[in-house]
Amino acid sequence: MDNRVMSMHVKDMASLAAEGKKPEVLFWIGCAGSFDDRAKKITRAFAKLLNEAGVDYAILGKEESCTGDPAKRAGNEFLFQMQAFSNIQVMNAYGVDRIVTTCPHCFNTLKNEYPELGGNYQVMHHTQFLNELMDTGRLKVEGGAFKGKKITYHDPCYLGRGNDVYEAPRELIKKLDAELVEMKRCRAKGLCCGAGGAQMFKEAEPGAKEINIERTEEAIETNASIVAAGCPFCNTMMTDGMKHAEKEGSIRVMDLAELIAEAKDL
Amino acid sequence: MGIGNIIFILILVTGIALFIKRIREIRANIMLGHDQVINDRKSTRWKTMGRVAMGQSKMVDRPIAGFLHIVVYVGFVLINIEVLEIVIDGIFGTHRVMSCLGGFYDFLIGFIEVLALLVLLACVVFLIRRNILSIKRFHLAEMTKWPKADANIILIAEILLMGALLKMNAADQVLQVHMPETYPPVGSYPVSQALVGIMGSFSVGTVLFFERALWWFHIIGILAFLNYVPYSKHFHIILAFPNTWYSNLEPKGKFDNMASVKKEVELMMDSSADPYATPPAGEEPAHGTFGAKDVTDLSWKNLLDAYTCTECGRCSSVCPANITGKKLSPRKIMMDTRDRAEELGAYKKANGKDSHDGSSLIHTYITEEEIWACTSCNACVDACPVLIDPLDIIIDLRRNLIMEESKSPESITSMFNNIENNGAPWAFSAADRDKWITES
Repeated sequence: MDNRVMSMHVKDMASLAAEGKKPEVLFWIGCAGSFDDRAKKITRAFAKLLNEAGVDYAILGKEESCTGDPAKRAGNEFLFQMQAFSNIQVMNAYGVDRIVTTCPHCFNTLKNEYPELGGNYQVMHHTQFLNELMDTGRLKVEGGAFKGKKITYHDPCYLGRGNDVYEAPRELIKKLDAELVEMKRCRAKGLCCGAGGAQMFKEAEPGAKEINIERTEEAIETNASIVAAGCPFCNTMMTDGMKHAEKEGSIRVMDLAELIAEAKDL
Repeated sequence: MGIGNIIFILILVTGIALFIKRIREIRANIMLGHDQVINDRKSTRWKTMGRVAMGQSKMVDRPIAGFLHIVVYVGFVLINIEVLEIVIDGIFGTHRVMSCLGGFYDFLIGFIEVLALLVLLACVVFLIRRNILSIKRFHLAEMTKWPKADANIILIAEILLMGALLKMNAADQVLQVHMPETYPPVGSYPVSQALVGIMGSFSVGTVLFFERALWWFHIIGILAFLNYVPYSKHFHIILAFPNTWYSNLEPKGKFDNMASVKKEVELMMDSSADPYATPPAGEEPAHGTFGAKDVTDLSWKNLLDAYTCTECGRCSSVCPANITGKKLSPRKIMMDTRDRAEELGAYKKANGKDSHDGSSLIHTYITEEEIWACTSCNACVDACPVLIDPLDIIIDLRRNLIMEESKSPESITSMFNNIENNGAPWAFSAADRDKWITES
């Protein structure tokens, strides 16, 4: 694979294993990060940051498969456990012990639901990992482009309420020297973007309004010029909401990894 | 012992016996749920109960309702000291038996009077909030006639009881002047002294009648209240404690891995396993149904949740589906679960333990449309002041629809197929997983 890649150097677990090596951390891409055009940009931004910080990481590449999260939330426990079973087999064969992922849904499933099924890993969300890189001096960032800019942060349910991770993403915004402005409903009271629980893959039930529009309106009220997200699904929902409000020209919906990559001009 | 004491003891014993009978009925209904062992991390559980139930920590998330609720809660707990005195007086024919505490008794009665007034005022504000201000969560679809009436009955009952207590004390003060041998001058009455003027305008005989009548009204009222509570949403005053103790201590994002499914998946994936092998002795055979069709498929904790719900609606007021006009209301999920447990419990009581009325929680009470509107965001779980988990029930209902009825919205079925075939919820080839590396 490496000879195909010109701009980015990403190793996979199989080729490392062939050399008898094991990386410091596995970067779990997730389905959105692998296939969704918008989310792929987040994946690339985070990979660039990992490269920049000189992190010894690898991906599973074609061997990665859905964690089973949407199947489980939709009630298909069989499919979830089949997915978990095969993913765990693959990861345990490589001796994976540390995972970082840009998707809170993968993060939650890998961290909380895999251990009972035989998959015990230290799992980090990329916002936690980026903070760690910065705090240990491996990655340096100056505010630059974002200095003084108003950024609001949308808490993904499976990162915030689901796993009580509220600070790591906010720390990153502070490290960009940006002004963090909170929405009325934030942290534990944050409003869902509307994608969770397998909603991403179906039409919403009849109602008065789409959930993502309700949430986007709240983000617009903050007068922030950037909505920071930490989840590829939230990103999609908020981006769609901005289009609906005809604000896509003035308010950008960006993943935290993208903001940092942009600040570093990567 | 006079006839009055005998009547009192009879009323007291009957009131308590009826209460115990109803508690047993509720316990049996909760036990309709399947077993779930919850006894780990005991010290954390006690702390959680202390903080959330005793300390009301989640109530103050909404400051106005939270403050008023704490007033009523503290009042309810402390006024019971005076109820205890009434009970002792009633049994032994004494009057204000606790006055032997001397100066402390004065303080106690004074303090209770202030609380009684605050409780009374708080209940008036609650009535206004429920009936006059248009607070959305008190008027959602599931707030039909009975739930609305239930809430008002409780508030009016509390106002009447507190009123009786204060008027009784006012009468006592008048009698302390006229009949000091039966009504010794004890206690301090910072609130009811304001009523002494009115009370004093009646003849001593009338005041004596008032005092006795209010005393009886108060204690019979309390016993009636005690027996009303377990038929009402107001039962949370008791169940909030066990419910917070048994609450989920895991991260909210974590869903349980169904043990019954795990066994089958292991058999499927392990080529050396013998699918016809009998389970080892002592091991339970696989669970009858996947997911929940009826309350009997839920765990006892789910049903405890349902009986604990006081229908405050904080869950529904933060539910993204409900806010945007979908049919899903987490409060309705809890009310339906409780009502169905009541219905099935009564049926089984009449027709035998193994009988079934043919009805079910899903379809009869809760529609598919409701449960498919859930985003599993946990906002309802976070909002509940007594740590009820509506999401756990919603997911169990979905599991039954999928794994037993094979029923799901068409796009959900495609998502399942995609995961099975391509390892992704969309129809992309697994071979393209690392294409992001070369695209810019």
